[in-house]
Amino acid sequence: MNSLLNNLLHPLTLVTFFPLVGVLIILFLKQEQKNAARWVALITSLITFGLSLVVLAYFNPSYPDLQEVINLPWIPIAQWEIRYYLGVDGLSILLLLLTTLLTPISILSTWTAVEDRVKDFMLFFLLLEVGMVGVFLAQDLFLFYIFWEFTLVPMYFLIGIWGGPRRMYAAVKFFLYTMAGSILMLLAILWLGIYQGSFQVPDLIAKGGIPANLQIWLFLAFAAAFAIKVPMWPLHSWLPDAHVEAPTAGSVILAGVLLKMGTYGFVRFNLPLFPQAAVQLAPWMAVLAVIGILYGAAVSYAQKDVKKLVAYSSVSHLGFVMLGIFALNSQGVQGGILQMVNHGLSTGALFLIVGMIYERRHTRDMDAFGGLWKVMPIYGALTLIVALSSMGLPGLNGFVGEFTILLGSWGAGQPGGPLGSHWYAGLAAIGVILAAVYILLMFQKMFLGPVTKDENRNLKDLNWREIITLLPLLILIFWIGLYPKPFFMLMAPAVDKLVAALQTAVVAGVP
Amino acid sequence: MPNDLWLSIGAILPIIVLAVWACLLLLVDLFIPAQRKGWTASLAAVGLLITLAVILSRLGQSQSGFGGMVMVDNFANFLSVLLLASGLAAIALSHDYLQRTGIERGEYYVLLLFSISGMMLMGMASDLIMVFLALELLSIPLYVLAGIAVPRLNSEEAAIKYFLLGAFASGFLVYGTALVYGASGSTSIAKIVQVIQVNQHNLTLLLAGAGLILVGLGFKVAVAPFHMWTPDVYQGAPSSVTAFMAVGAKAAGFAALLRIFVLAFPVVSLDMTPVLWSVAALTMILGNFVAIAQKNIKRLLAYSSIAHAGYILMALTPYGQSNVSADSVASALFYLVAYALTNFAAWAVVIALEQADERGLELSDYAGLGRKQPALAAAMTVAMLSFTGVPPTLGFVGKFFLFRTVIEGGFIGLALIGVLTSLVSAYYYLRVVVIMYMQEGEPVVRRDGWLYATAFVSSIGVVALSIFAGPLIALASRAILNLF
Repeated sequence: MNSLLNNLLHPLTLVTFFPLVGVLIILFLKQEQKNAARWVALITSLITFGLSLVVLAYFNPSYPDLQEVINLPWIPIAQWEIRYYLGVDGLSILLLLLTTLLTPISILSTWTAVEDRVKDFMLFFLLLEVGMVGVFLAQDLFLFYIFWEFTLVPMYFLIGIWGGPRRMYAAVKFFLYTMAGSILMLLAILWLGIYQGSFQVPDLIAKGGIPANLQIWLFLAFAAAFAIKVPMWPLHSWLPDAHVEAPTAGSVILAGVLLKMGTYGFVRFNLPLFPQAAVQLAPWMAVLAVIGILYGAAVSYAQKDVKKLVAYSSVSHLGFVMLGIFALNSQGVQGGILQMVNHGLSTGALFLIVGMIYERRHTRDMDAFGGLWKVMPIYGALTLIVALSSMGLPGLNGFVGEFTILLGSWGAGQPGGPLGSHWYAGLAAIGVILAAVYILLMFQKMFLGPVTKDENRNLKDLNWREIITLLPLLILIFWIGLYPKPFFMLMAPAVDKLVAALQTAVVAGVP
Repeated sequence: MPNDLWLSIGAILPIIVLAVWACLLLLVDLFIPAQRKGWTASLAAVGLLITLAVILSRLGQSQSGFGGMVMVDNFANFLSVLLLASGLAAIALSHDYLQRTGIERGEYYVLLLFSISGMMLMGMASDLIMVFLALELLSIPLYVLAGIAVPRLNSEEAAIKYFLLGAFASGFLVYGTALVYGASGSTSIAKIVQVIQVNQHNLTLLLAGAGLILVGLGFKVAVAPFHMWTPDVYQGAPSSVTAFMAVGAKAAGFAALLRIFVLAFPVVSLDMTPVLWSVAALTMILGNFVAIAQKNIKRLLAYSSIAHAGYILMALTPYGQSNVSADSVASALFYLVAYALTNFAAWAVVIALEQADERGLELSDYAGLGRKQPALAAAMTVAMLSFTGVPPTLGFVGKFFLFRTVIEGGFIGLALIGVLTSLVSAYYYLRVVVIMYMQEGEPVVRRDGWLYATAFVSSIGVVALSIFAGPLIALASRAILNLF
């Protein structure tokens, strides 16, 4: 009994499953008790954020391996050995914090935006948080898969019930598209469990020894699931529909966290488990990443709907992350992870901003605006900061990530390096310029110039609640931009270990 | 010898108890007035519970009886418990439904009990003649039950179709048995194995017999291309009968398939495996793709039932490999439990929405259920997710187990077909969820305590057992087939 209590009160268990407490309370509320549901959800998610800070407090940044591990037998039948195995290390700590930070912010943003079936909305949102946190902490492949697939269900409902006009199409497309990749990953997981004898990731990494050609198939199977999630070009067509039709909070969490599950998957599974395949396929992945950067930026430029613009910009930004990861060096991977966080912050903030103007004017067409800065000065100022962050202006967070990624991919581009050509970094740098084009164009169309439409003249500026939702993101935007060292310090040992393992695996050659 | 006879009777005691109880119930039912048929239902349930108690009290060593014709091993006991629990669920779903559709008869429950006893016997049968006997014992009451909603035309059609095709399939089974007898000189599985071990069998005849037995039993579990009866019979029969048939007949059919193939036919597995591969692939593809077009929930569930038979057959495909055959059996049994729970959750909701004259069975009738009856809609959603194989449901763990077996056997292509067809199935299962939650409507729901209880217990079980899956997996793994 004592050990059960110990296991229940383990920080990682708590941070993963605490939102269920909120779910239980909300289940007993009535549909009419909207404010009660909102407050319960908000307080639950804030407590979960507090718990993740506790996890951070116990985190030792100089230790490269998994920490705060809880590893219990779950289905302990011979040949199965599925374990309840959670752990955090430099690769996941930042994403854990991002998740638990964005959830209360998203819930706060729904205060006036969601009026219908609030109780159900909060239920699904808290369930989604359980799934997301679980994905970042799980170290057993079966457990990981359960959390991974499970996030589809609440997200599907969030889009399908509270979304825009084409929500049903978007929700079903999202579900089926993502599931298609996931089930291929399931086959690879099963193969690993049977033929490598374990479902636990650290054991699989230690064991190694998969022949290189088999590694490529397994790599691709895992990559199917992750590439769809990121989304990498050309598997991205679910994203614009899902983002545009989702409610604001749904878009924030989709862009802020769910997309990172894909990039995280590459770092946690593809690179350590299949090192030879990773090295062999790195140039191809980098090609897709660069295409994603340029394509995403170009299509963003062509958009009239500002939410769609931000959605395609996600494809572009995450192309940078993928390029950083497949530079396969310390700078690239660390830049990639940091950019994951940065994208979560700035694109999350962008979706919040779009949501705010949509609540007022019920349109997202950029041509319907103009001169908003005069009418809503605070809104304009905050949008400018977020836009510049998204663009990668030095001094803000986006620049740090992008610069580190470009450094890493340039370094990898040396002859004999994983990428073998400097073209990747070069073309990616053009992507930075394109980002500036579409972001500044968006800002100019919406905020600058005279107020051309009468409907815009009497819009209310941001209220306190809206400012509070943006404030934490803005603080972090400046912090990471001006003093990124603590963030890099959290990641560095784990990333260095991963990169070193990649080098040894490549040198050791094909088994 | 009398001692042998007592031991044999002891072996099939549960079946005797149930059958005798059913006979007595038939008599007692004469004295129960027409308005109080609920008593018949309760007495039937009591009979099932008593049988369950008898089985649970005799767990432990395996017993064989009647000269090896029945074998009560862990496999048989696992299956019997599953069937009795399914019977209880079926009775829970039936009582109110029969009353309001005007087909309440005491004989319904008696027939149900007889059918269950036949299904239990099928799980224990270790002689091909006994398999045939059990097949008839379980099928004939089902034929009658399918047609019990007389004078509704499609119920009568369902009964005739089921009967004719079932008789035809039984013929295949008998012919196959005869060929196996000709090949090995015996119909007892133990003796067949002995003959094969000393290589005194006729391989061609054995192979032909195995193929025909596969056809006969394949009809019962509704795999392609022997599935054509399923949609019409499932739709025409009263919904509570369908709910029971979907689980019971499948469990019994697969029990016989597993026992016969895994024990007696590994020698022909080189030839049978491609056949099983093709049948499984065809079933999964056909069941899932045709289900997309369905607008009637009963037909949709019928095609889904076909597809699930395909998944179980997929795990049976590597039965001939000695290191995988135990997993074939365990994963099939586990999936049958998962399928049973999910099935009853779904059918409970179907019955709750069904109105007289077969209204309330179109998908469009489910619109708005998410808002008006959130608990029922949640139960249906859990069932749909479990059928698709999305965590955290028992259907997912079951599929995981099945795919593991297939990959262990080395059939990656078949596993790929399995996952891709699961993805296709997501489309039509999700459609039900979409209609429930994302469309507006005024669904008419029947409020009955037993219906709701079945729906909730099943759907909670589906989720809870997937999280605490260890004990069930352990049970399934220990349900091994005994030869002697």
